[in-house]
Amino acid sequence: MIAIIDYGVGNLFSLHSSLKKVGAETIVTSNAQVIKNADKILLPGVGAFEDAVKKLRNSGLDEVVKAEVKKGKYLMGICLGMQMLFEKSYEYGEHEGLGLLKGGVVPMKGYIDDSLKVPHIGWNALHYQKPHFLFKDCKENDCVYFVHSYFASNCADSVIATAEYGKELTAAVAKDNVLGCQFHPEKSGDVGLKILKAFCEA
Amino acid sequence: MITKRIIPCLDVKDGKVVKGVNFEGLRDVASPIDLARYYSDNGADELVFYDITASAEGRALFTDVLREVAKTVFIPLTVGGGIRGVADFERVLTCGADKVSVNSGAIANPALIQEAAKKYGDQCVVISADIKRVNGAFHVFAKGGREDTGMEAIEWIKRCVGEGAGEVVVNSMDTDGVKKGFDIELLKKVCDAVDVPVIASGGAGSQQHFIDLFQQVPTIDAGLAASVFHFGEIAIPDLKKTLASNGILVRL
Repeated sequence: MIAIIDYGVGNLFSLHSSLKKVGAETIVTSNAQVIKNADKILLPGVGAFEDAVKKLRNSGLDEVVKAEVKKGKYLMGICLGMQMLFEKSYEYGEHEGLGLLKGGVVPMKGYIDDSLKVPHIGWNALHYQKPHFLFKDCKENDCVYFVHSYFASNCADSVIATAEYGKELTAAVAKDNVLGCQFHPEKSGDVGLKILKAFCEA
Repeated sequence: MITKRIIPCLDVKDGKVVKGVNFEGLRDVASPIDLARYYSDNGADELVFYDITASAEGRALFTDVLREVAKTVFIPLTVGGGIRGVADFERVLTCGADKVSVNSGAIANPALIQEAAKKYGDQCVVISADIKRVNGAFHVFAKGGREDTGMEAIEWIKRCVGEGAGEVVVNSMDTDGVKKGFDIELLKKVCDAVDVPVIASGGAGSQQHFIDLFQQVPTIDAGLAASVFHFGEIAIPDLKKTLASNGILVRL
Protein backbone atom coordinates (compact mmCIF):
# COMPACT_ATOMS: atom_id res chain seq x y z
CA MET A 1 0.00 0.00 0.00
CA ILE A 2 1.28 3.44 -0.96
CA ALA A 3 0.15 6.42 1.10
CA ILE A 4 -0.26 9.75 -0.71
CA ILE A 5 -0.10 12.37 2.01
CA ASP A 6 -3.03 14.76 1.93
CA TYR A 7 -2.18 17.86 3.94
CA GLY A 8 -4.49 20.26 2.11
CA VAL A 9 -2.16 21.29 -0.69
CA GLY A 10 -2.98 20.72 -4.32
CA ASN A 11 -4.91 18.31 -6.34
CA LEU A 12 -4.20 14.65 -5.79
CA PHE A 13 -6.68 13.27 -8.31
CA SER A 14 -4.16 12.70 -11.12
CA LEU A 15 -1.46 11.30 -8.85
CA HIS A 16 -3.92 8.86 -7.34
CA SER A 17 -5.22 7.87 -10.80
CA SER A 18 -1.72 7.41 -12.22
CA LEU A 19 -0.74 5.05 -9.41
CA LYS A 20 -3.90 3.05 -9.94
CA LYS A 21 -2.98 2.91 -13.61
CA VAL A 22 0.39 1.26 -12.82
CA GLY A 23 -1.40 -1.23 -10.61
CA ALA A 24 -0.41 0.12 -7.21
CA GLU A 25 -2.69 -0.07 -4.22
CA THR A 26 -2.88 3.54 -3.13
CA ILE A 27 -4.62 5.59 -0.51
CA VAL A 28 -4.89 9.36 -0.18
CA THR A 29 -4.65 10.04 3.53
CA SER A 30 -3.96 12.48 6.33
CA ASN A 31 -4.13 9.74 8.96
CA ALA A 32 -0.86 9.06 10.80
CA GLN A 33 -1.73 5.41 11.44
CA VAL A 34 -2.46 4.78 7.76
CA ILE A 35 0.90 6.33 6.86
CA LYS A 36 2.63 4.15 9.45
CA ASN A 37 0.98 1.05 8.01
CA ALA A 38 1.83 1.93 4.39
CA ASP A 39 4.77 0.35 2.54
CA LYS A 40 5.79 3.57 0.86
CA ILE A 41 4.98 7.26 1.15
CA LEU A 42 4.42 9.90 -1.51
CA LEU A 43 4.64 13.56 -0.56
CA PRO A 44 2.99 15.72 -3.22
CA GLY A 45 2.81 19.51 -3.27
CA VAL A 46 2.05 22.56 -5.37
CA GLY A 47 1.99 26.25 -4.57
CA ALA A 48 4.23 28.24 -2.26
CA PHE A 49 6.88 26.60 -0.04
CA GLU A 50 6.12 28.48 3.17
CA ASP A 51 2.39 27.77 3.05
CA ALA A 52 2.90 24.09 2.22
CA VAL A 53 5.53 23.37 4.86
CA LYS A 54 3.37 25.15 7.47
CA LYS A 55 0.38 23.04 6.55
CA LEU A 56 2.44 19.86 6.76
CA ARG A 57 3.82 20.85 10.20
CA ASN A 58 0.41 21.91 11.49
CA SER A 59 -0.93 18.51 10.51
CA GLY A 60 1.85 16.90 12.55
CA LEU A 61 2.56 14.62 9.60
CA ASP A 62 6.09 15.99 9.11
CA GLU A 63 7.22 14.09 12.22
CA VAL A 64 5.35 10.95 11.15
CA VAL A 65 7.06 11.04 7.77
CA LYS A 66 10.49 11.61 9.30
CA ALA A 67 10.01 8.73 11.74
CA GLU A 68 8.95 6.37 8.94
CA VAL A 69 11.94 7.40 6.83
CA LYS A 70 14.20 6.67 9.77
CA LYS A 71 12.78 3.14 9.88
CA GLY A 72 13.87 2.74 6.26
CA LYS A 73 10.54 3.27 4.49
CA TYR A 74 10.70 4.71 0.96
CA LEU A 75 9.55 8.31 0.65
CA MET A 76 9.23 10.18 -2.62
CA GLY A 77 8.48 13.89 -2.85
CA ILE A 78 6.97 15.33 -6.01
CA CYS A 79 7.49 18.91 -7.21
CA LEU A 80 7.10 21.10 -4.10
CA GLY A 81 7.01 17.85 -2.12
CA MET A 82 10.56 17.18 -3.34
CA GLN A 83 11.66 20.71 -2.46
CA MET A 84 10.38 20.24 1.10
CA LEU A 85 12.79 17.32 1.61
CA PHE A 86 15.71 19.77 1.69
CA GLU A 87 17.10 21.80 4.58
CA LYS A 88 15.94 25.19 3.42
CA SER A 89 14.05 27.15 0.83
CA TYR A 90 14.72 30.74 -0.16
CA GLU A 91 11.30 31.28 -1.74
CA TYR A 92 10.03 34.63 -0.40
CA GLY A 93 12.33 34.66 2.63
CA GLU A 94 14.05 31.74 4.27
CA HIS A 95 12.12 28.69 5.42
CA GLU A 96 13.08 25.41 7.07
CA GLY A 97 12.36 22.26 5.14
CA LEU A 98 12.24 18.70 6.45
CA GLY A 99 16.04 18.44 6.31
CA LEU A 100 16.05 14.88 4.95
CA LEU A 101 18.38 15.89 2.11
CA LYS A 102 21.34 18.25 2.08
CA GLY A 103 20.85 21.41 0.05
CA GLY A 104 18.56 24.36 -0.44
CA VAL A 105 15.84 25.51 -2.80
CA VAL A 106 16.69 28.71 -4.68
CA PRO A 107 15.07 30.89 -7.37
CA MET A 108 15.76 30.26 -11.05
CA LYS A 109 15.58 34.00 -11.72
CA GLY A 110 19.06 35.42 -11.51
CA TYR A 111 20.60 31.98 -12.03
CA ILE A 112 19.47 31.14 -15.54
CA ASP A 113 19.68 33.48 -18.51
CA ASP A 114 17.30 36.47 -18.31
CA SER A 115 15.88 35.71 -21.74
CA LEU A 116 14.41 32.39 -20.51
CA LYS A 117 10.88 32.37 -19.19
CA VAL A 118 10.24 31.60 -15.53
CA PRO A 119 8.45 29.39 -14.47
CA HIS A 120 10.14 26.58 -16.34
CA ILE A 121 6.95 25.08 -17.83
CA GLY A 122 6.78 22.22 -20.27
CA TRP A 123 8.43 19.00 -21.38
CA ASN A 124 12.17 18.75 -20.93
CA ALA A 125 14.62 15.90 -21.35
CA LEU A 126 16.10 14.04 -18.39
CA HIS A 127 19.87 13.70 -18.13
CA TYR A 128 20.80 10.91 -15.75
CA GLN A 129 23.69 11.72 -13.43
CA LYS A 130 23.82 8.40 -11.60
CA PRO A 131 22.20 5.06 -12.35
CA HIS A 132 19.05 4.70 -10.27
CA PHE A 133 16.20 2.22 -10.17
CA LEU A 134 13.64 5.01 -10.69
CA PHE A 135 14.85 5.29 -14.28
CA LYS A 136 15.39 1.60 -14.99
CA ASP A 137 12.81 1.65 -17.81
CA CYS A 138 13.68 5.13 -19.12
CA LYS A 139 15.94 6.13 -22.00
CA GLU A 140 18.36 9.03 -22.40
CA ASN A 141 16.43 12.14 -23.54
CA ASP A 142 13.07 10.87 -22.30
CA CYS A 143 11.00 13.99 -21.59
CA VAL A 144 9.00 14.76 -18.46
CA TYR A 145 6.69 17.64 -17.54
CA PHE A 146 7.99 20.47 -15.34
CA VAL A 147 6.24 23.44 -13.72
CA HIS A 148 8.45 25.34 -11.26
CA SER A 149 10.22 28.62 -10.54
CA TYR A 150 12.62 27.38 -7.83
CA PHE A 151 15.05 24.49 -7.88
CA ALA A 152 17.18 22.43 -5.51
CA SER A 153 20.81 23.49 -5.36
CA ASN A 154 23.95 22.46 -3.43
CA CYS A 155 22.68 18.90 -3.47
CA ALA A 156 25.44 17.15 -5.44
CA ASP A 157 25.28 14.08 -3.17
CA SER A 158 21.63 13.37 -4.01
CA VAL A 159 21.17 14.49 -7.64
CA ILE A 160 20.34 11.56 -9.92
CA ALA A 161 18.95 13.48 -12.91
CA THR A 162 19.03 17.01 -14.27
CA ALA A 163 17.26 18.96 -17.00
CA GLU A 164 18.91 21.65 -19.10
CA TYR A 165 17.22 25.04 -19.06
CA GLY A 166 19.94 27.55 -19.75
CA LYS A 167 21.83 25.73 -17.01
CA GLU A 168 21.54 22.30 -15.42
CA LEU A 169 18.58 22.17 -13.04
CA THR A 170 17.99 19.43 -10.46
CA ALA A 171 15.29 17.14 -11.88
CA ALA A 172 15.42 14.16 -9.52
CA VAL A 173 17.18 13.27 -6.29
CA ALA A 174 17.78 10.14 -4.23
CA LYS A 175 19.67 9.40 -1.06
CA ASP A 176 19.07 5.93 0.35
CA ASN A 177 15.29 5.66 0.86
CA VAL A 178 14.54 9.36 0.30
CA LEU A 179 13.63 10.18 -3.32
CA GLY A 180 12.26 13.18 -5.14
CA CYS A 181 11.17 14.40 -8.57
CA GLN A 182 10.99 18.08 -9.43
CA PHE A 183 8.84 17.19 -12.45
CA HIS A 184 5.34 15.72 -12.34
CA PRO A 185 5.53 11.98 -13.14
CA GLU A 186 1.72 11.83 -13.00
CA LYS A 187 1.62 14.32 -15.90
CA SER A 188 4.55 12.94 -17.88
CA GLY A 189 2.77 10.37 -20.02
CA ASP A 190 4.29 6.90 -20.39
CA VAL A 191 7.70 7.97 -19.12
CA GLY A 192 6.14 9.28 -15.92
CA LEU A 193 4.15 6.09 -15.44
CA LYS A 194 7.36 4.04 -15.81
CA ILE A 195 9.01 6.12 -13.09
CA LEU A 196 6.03 5.72 -10.76
CA LYS A 197 5.94 2.00 -11.45
CA ALA A 198 9.65 1.70 -10.61
CA PHE A 199 8.98 3.47 -7.31
CA CYS A 200 6.02 1.22 -6.53
CA GLU A 201 8.05 -1.91 -7.24
CA ALA A 202 11.11 -0.86 -5.23
CA MET B 1 16.11 22.49 -23.35
CA ILE B 2 12.38 22.81 -23.15
CA THR B 3 10.46 21.45 -26.14
CA LYS B 4 7.81 23.18 -28.23
CA ARG B 5 4.37 21.85 -27.37
CA ILE B 6 1.70 20.58 -29.76
CA ILE B 7 -1.76 20.88 -28.25
CA PRO B 8 -5.01 19.52 -29.66
CA CYS B 9 -8.05 21.44 -28.51
CA LEU B 10 -11.37 19.73 -27.85
CA ASP B 11 -14.55 21.79 -27.78
CA VAL B 12 -17.08 19.84 -25.75
CA LYS B 13 -20.84 20.31 -25.89
CA ASP B 14 -23.29 18.01 -24.13
CA GLY B 15 -20.50 15.52 -23.50
CA LYS B 16 -19.34 15.36 -27.13
CA VAL B 17 -16.47 16.92 -29.08
CA VAL B 18 -17.39 19.58 -31.59
CA LYS B 19 -15.41 22.05 -33.63
CA GLY B 20 -16.75 25.36 -34.78
CA VAL B 21 -15.44 26.68 -38.06
CA ASN B 22 -15.19 30.40 -37.42
CA PHE B 23 -17.19 29.60 -34.28
CA GLU B 24 -20.23 28.40 -36.18
CA GLY B 25 -21.54 25.19 -37.73
CA LEU B 26 -20.76 22.75 -34.95
CA ARG B 27 -20.39 19.10 -35.85
CA ASP B 28 -19.78 16.00 -33.78
CA VAL B 29 -16.38 14.31 -33.96
CA ALA B 30 -16.13 11.66 -31.30
CA SER B 31 -16.20 10.86 -27.61
CA PRO B 32 -13.90 13.30 -25.81
CA ILE B 33 -12.62 10.48 -23.63
CA ASP B 34 -11.63 8.32 -26.61
CA LEU B 35 -10.18 11.27 -28.46
CA ALA B 36 -8.17 12.44 -25.44
CA ARG B 37 -6.70 8.99 -24.94
CA TYR B 38 -5.91 8.74 -28.65
CA TYR B 39 -4.07 12.06 -28.63
CA SER B 40 -2.19 11.23 -25.45
CA ASP B 41 -1.03 7.93 -26.98
CA ASN B 42 -0.03 9.73 -30.17
CA GLY B 43 2.29 12.48 -29.08
CA ALA B 44 0.07 15.33 -27.87
CA ASP B 45 1.97 17.30 -25.23
CA GLU B 46 -1.09 18.66 -23.52
CA LEU B 47 -4.84 18.82 -24.08
CA VAL B 48 -7.18 21.78 -23.92
CA PHE B 49 -10.87 21.25 -23.26
CA TYR B 50 -13.36 24.04 -23.84
CA ASP B 51 -16.79 23.56 -22.35
CA ILE B 52 -19.11 25.31 -24.79
CA THR B 53 -22.27 24.21 -23.05
CA ALA B 54 -24.61 26.84 -21.71
CA SER B 55 -26.89 24.70 -19.55
CA ALA B 56 -26.29 23.40 -16.03
CA GLU B 57 -26.94 19.83 -17.21
CA GLY B 58 -24.32 20.22 -19.91
CA ARG B 59 -21.88 21.60 -17.37
CA ALA B 60 -22.32 18.59 -15.09
CA LEU B 61 -21.86 16.32 -18.11
CA PHE B 62 -18.62 18.15 -18.90
CA THR B 63 -17.13 17.61 -15.45
CA ASP B 64 -18.08 13.91 -15.69
CA VAL B 65 -16.19 13.72 -18.99
CA LEU B 66 -13.23 15.56 -17.51
CA ARG B 67 -13.03 13.20 -14.54
CA GLU B 68 -13.05 10.17 -16.87
CA VAL B 69 -10.33 11.72 -19.02
CA ALA B 70 -8.13 12.48 -16.01
CA LYS B 71 -8.40 8.87 -14.85
CA THR B 72 -6.71 7.56 -17.97
CA VAL B 73 -4.79 10.43 -19.57
CA PHE B 74 -1.57 11.46 -17.85
CA ILE B 75 -0.52 14.63 -19.64
CA PRO B 76 -1.39 18.20 -18.62
CA LEU B 77 -5.05 19.14 -19.04
CA THR B 78 -6.23 22.71 -19.45
CA VAL B 79 -9.92 23.47 -19.11
CA GLY B 80 -11.84 26.54 -20.22
CA GLY B 81 -15.35 27.70 -20.96
CA GLY B 82 -17.82 29.07 -18.48
CA ILE B 83 -15.18 29.99 -15.90
CA ARG B 84 -16.78 32.91 -14.03
CA GLY B 85 -15.41 32.63 -10.53
CA VAL B 86 -13.11 30.79 -8.16
CA ALA B 87 -15.86 28.22 -7.59
CA ASP B 88 -15.52 27.25 -11.28
CA PHE B 89 -11.77 26.83 -10.85
CA GLU B 90 -12.42 24.54 -7.92
CA ARG B 91 -15.05 22.58 -9.86
CA VAL B 92 -12.70 21.66 -12.71
CA LEU B 93 -9.49 21.35 -10.68
CA THR B 94 -11.03 18.71 -8.43
CA CYS B 95 -12.00 16.77 -11.56
CA GLY B 96 -8.38 16.55 -12.69
CA ALA B 97 -7.66 19.79 -14.60
CA ASP B 98 -4.16 21.18 -14.14
CA LYS B 99 -4.73 24.63 -15.57
CA VAL B 100 -7.84 26.72 -16.00
CA SER B 101 -8.36 29.05 -18.90
CA VAL B 102 -10.41 32.22 -18.47
CA ASN B 103 -11.73 34.39 -21.27
CA SER B 104 -15.07 36.22 -20.97
CA GLY B 105 -15.02 35.60 -17.22
CA ALA B 106 -11.89 37.73 -16.89
CA ILE B 107 -13.31 40.45 -19.15
CA ALA B 108 -16.41 40.66 -16.95
CA ASN B 109 -14.36 40.50 -13.75
CA PRO B 110 -10.61 41.12 -14.17
CA ALA B 111 -10.08 40.60 -10.41
CA LEU B 112 -10.79 36.91 -10.96
CA ILE B 113 -7.27 36.40 -12.33
CA GLN B 114 -5.54 37.65 -9.23
CA GLU B 115 -7.95 35.89 -6.92
CA ALA B 116 -7.39 32.56 -8.67
CA ALA B 117 -3.62 33.04 -9.01
CA LYS B 118 -3.31 33.68 -5.28
CA LYS B 119 -5.31 30.60 -4.44
CA TYR B 120 -3.97 28.11 -7.00
CA GLY B 121 -0.71 29.67 -8.19
CA ASP B 122 0.11 31.58 -11.39
CA GLN B 123 0.90 28.37 -13.24
CA CYS B 124 -2.74 27.36 -12.92
CA VAL B 125 -4.27 30.47 -14.48
CA VAL B 126 -4.35 30.78 -18.27
CA ILE B 127 -5.70 33.88 -19.99
CA SER B 128 -7.30 33.04 -23.31
CA ALA B 129 -8.10 35.91 -25.65
CA ASP B 130 -10.11 35.96 -28.89
CA ILE B 131 -8.52 38.70 -30.96
CA LYS B 132 -9.57 40.34 -34.24
CA ARG B 133 -8.35 43.29 -36.25
CA VAL B 134 -10.78 46.22 -36.13
CA ASN B 135 -9.83 49.35 -38.11
CA GLY B 136 -6.15 48.44 -37.97
CA ALA B 137 -6.09 47.70 -34.23
CA PHE B 138 -6.21 44.37 -32.40
CA HIS B 139 -9.40 44.13 -30.35
CA VAL B 140 -10.38 41.61 -27.68
CA PHE B 141 -13.70 39.92 -28.29
CA ALA B 142 -15.94 38.40 -25.63
CA LYS B 143 -18.64 35.73 -25.58
CA GLY B 144 -17.03 33.28 -27.96
CA GLY B 145 -16.06 35.99 -30.40
CA ARG B 146 -19.51 37.54 -30.71
CA GLU B 147 -18.90 40.81 -28.90
CA ASP B 148 -16.22 43.44 -29.56
CA THR B 149 -15.10 44.76 -26.17
CA GLY B 150 -13.22 47.62 -27.83
CA MET B 151 -10.20 46.78 -25.66
CA GLU B 152 -6.75 46.82 -27.26
CA ALA B 153 -5.48 43.24 -27.17
CA ILE B 154 -1.81 43.63 -26.22
CA GLU B 155 -2.62 45.95 -23.32
CA TRP B 156 -5.29 43.55 -22.12
CA ILE B 157 -2.93 40.57 -22.18
CA LYS B 158 -0.20 42.55 -20.39
CA ARG B 159 -2.69 43.53 -17.73
CA CYS B 160 -3.81 39.91 -17.23
CA VAL B 161 -0.23 38.69 -16.92
CA GLY B 162 0.43 41.50 -14.45
CA GLU B 163 -2.52 40.23 -12.39
CA GLY B 164 -1.00 36.75 -12.27
CA ALA B 165 -1.96 34.82 -15.41
CA GLY B 166 0.84 32.30 -15.94
CA GLU B 167 0.17 31.46 -19.56
CA VAL B 168 -1.54 33.08 -22.56
CA VAL B 169 -3.59 31.48 -25.33
CA VAL B 170 -3.84 33.81 -28.31
CA ASN B 171 -6.68 32.92 -30.62
CA SER B 172 -6.68 34.99 -33.79
CA MET B 173 -10.24 35.23 -35.11
CA ASP B 174 -8.86 36.52 -38.40
CA THR B 175 -6.96 33.31 -39.09
CA ASP B 176 -9.19 30.84 -37.20
CA GLY B 177 -10.90 28.29 -39.43
CA VAL B 178 -9.24 29.65 -42.57
CA LYS B 179 -6.34 27.14 -42.49
CA LYS B 180 -3.87 29.54 -44.07
CA GLY B 181 -1.42 29.65 -41.18
CA PHE B 182 -1.10 31.15 -37.73
CA ASP B 183 -1.34 34.91 -37.18
CA ILE B 184 2.40 35.57 -37.05
CA GLU B 185 2.07 39.35 -36.79
CA LEU B 186 -0.21 39.19 -33.75
CA LEU B 187 1.75 36.37 -32.07
CA LYS B 188 5.04 38.27 -32.38
CA LYS B 189 3.47 41.27 -30.70
CA VAL B 190 2.16 39.19 -27.81
CA CYS B 191 5.46 37.31 -27.33
CA ASP B 192 7.33 40.61 -27.25
CA ALA B 193 4.94 42.01 -24.66
CA VAL B 194 4.90 39.26 -22.02
CA ASP B 195 7.42 36.88 -20.44
CA VAL B 196 5.09 33.96 -19.69
CA PRO B 197 4.46 31.04 -22.07
CA VAL B 198 2.34 31.91 -25.13
CA ILE B 199 0.24 29.38 -27.03
CA ALA B 200 -0.71 30.12 -30.64
CA SER B 201 -4.21 29.25 -31.79
CA GLY B 202 -6.13 29.75 -35.01
CA GLY B 203 -5.12 29.08 -38.57
CA ALA B 204 -3.23 25.78 -38.64
CA GLY B 205 -3.91 24.00 -41.93
CA SER B 206 -0.70 22.17 -42.69
CA GLN B 207 2.55 20.99 -41.14
CA GLN B 208 4.31 23.90 -42.83
CA HIS B 209 2.19 26.32 -40.79
CA PHE B 210 3.63 24.87 -37.57
CA ILE B 211 7.18 25.12 -38.98
CA ASP B 212 6.50 28.76 -39.91
CA LEU B 213 5.10 29.43 -36.45
CA PHE B 214 8.08 28.08 -34.52
CA GLN B 215 10.67 29.53 -36.92
CA GLN B 216 9.13 32.97 -37.32
CA VAL B 217 8.11 33.38 -33.68
CA PRO B 218 11.00 31.65 -31.85
CA THR B 219 9.70 32.61 -28.39
CA ILE B 220 6.29 31.00 -28.91
CA ASP B 221 5.87 27.94 -26.66
CA ALA B 222 3.12 25.93 -28.27
CA GLY B 223 0.84 25.52 -31.26
CA LEU B 224 -2.80 24.64 -30.68
CA ALA B 225 -5.27 23.33 -33.24
CA ALA B 226 -8.47 21.34 -33.43
CA SER B 227 -9.97 20.32 -36.74
CA VAL B 228 -6.72 19.50 -38.56
CA PHE B 229 -6.02 16.99 -35.81
CA HIS B 230 -9.60 15.76 -35.36
CA PHE B 231 -10.09 15.04 -39.04
CA GLY B 232 -6.71 13.41 -39.42
CA GLU B 233 -5.37 16.03 -41.82
CA ILE B 234 -2.29 16.27 -39.64
CA ALA B 235 -1.10 13.30 -37.59
CA ILE B 236 0.78 14.59 -34.54
CA PRO B 237 3.61 11.99 -34.73
CA ASP B 238 4.25 12.99 -38.37
CA LEU B 239 4.10 16.67 -37.49
CA LYS B 240 6.64 16.23 -34.69
CA LYS B 241 9.03 14.32 -36.95
CA THR B 242 8.76 17.11 -39.52
CA LEU B 243 9.40 19.76 -36.87
CA ALA B 244 12.40 17.85 -35.52
CA SER B 245 13.88 17.51 -39.02
CA ASN B 246 13.55 21.28 -39.35
CA GLY B 247 15.61 21.81 -36.21
CA ILE B 248 12.67 22.52 -33.91
CA LEU B 249 12.96 20.83 -30.52
CA VAL B 250 9.96 18.61 -29.78
CA ARG B 251 9.20 15.66 -27.51
CA LEU B 252 9.34 12.54 -29.67
